Amino acid sequence: MKKLKIYPLVIETIENHALETYPEECCGFLYGTEGDIREISHAGKATNIKSENKRKRFEIDPLEYLQAEKYAMANNLELLGIYHSHPDHPAVPSEHDLKQAAGYFSYIIVSVRKNKINNIRSWQLNDQQEFEEEEILDLIHVKVNS
Amino acid sequence: MSKIIIPTPLRKFTNNQTTLETSADTVLEVIRELTIKYPDLKNQIIDKQGGIRKYIRIYLDDTDIKTLDQEKTEVSAGSVVSIIPAIAGGNIT
Repeated sequence: MKKLKIYPLVIETIENHALETYPEECCGFLYGTEGDIREISHAGKATNIKSENKRKRFEIDPLEYLQAEKYAMANNLELLGIYHSHPDHPAVPSEHDLKQAAGYFSYIIVSVRKNKINNIRSWQLNDQQEFEEEEILDLIHVKVNS
Repeated sequence: MSKIIIPTPLRKFTNNQTTLETSADTVLEVIRELTIKYPDLKNQIIDKQGGIRKYIRIYLDDTDIKTLDQEKTEVSAGSVVSIIPAIAGGNIT
């Protein structure tokens, strides 16, 4: 299992964003550095541009994606993944997630139930184009039971 | 010369090159040049019918080539061609 270290501020950003948009899905970018253990040091919020059904779907504006790549380049970081929330659903990738997933990226999913953070899990596509879970090291939920 | 931005998920196919330079005159030529230089990139960008894959967007500067002249869009010196994976998903139901 691949290992992932996520800085507490990143967890806080993701959890706050998921609660702000609940019951709709949030989404955003993950930046950091690659190594034996991938480190996610920054998160950036993105806009869910889906015009309908935002409780079950998200989509990121391609221009916003491009800005994220440029931000990473300008700040000596790497764009390492995408986060999004699953309101009232588990933090497990869906068929919709799989259909448009890009290799190499970490996909962090935060499950929110009844306006509270349930859990956070991270996934990455393997060579067979299936999602495999990544182990998040030292995960501290900032917003659990808040 | 113009610049090509390779998105992070595709850099393993370009020897980890983040950006590349090109003197190609159209988006089609840019892609052709790119996929000749990095053959493994072809399947990531081009579908079986020879078109741009469904979940890939090509932008010239800040404009989707779909709103320009598609693959025939002209690329002028100093402009930037970006390959962008479409990012979307959703929960189970």
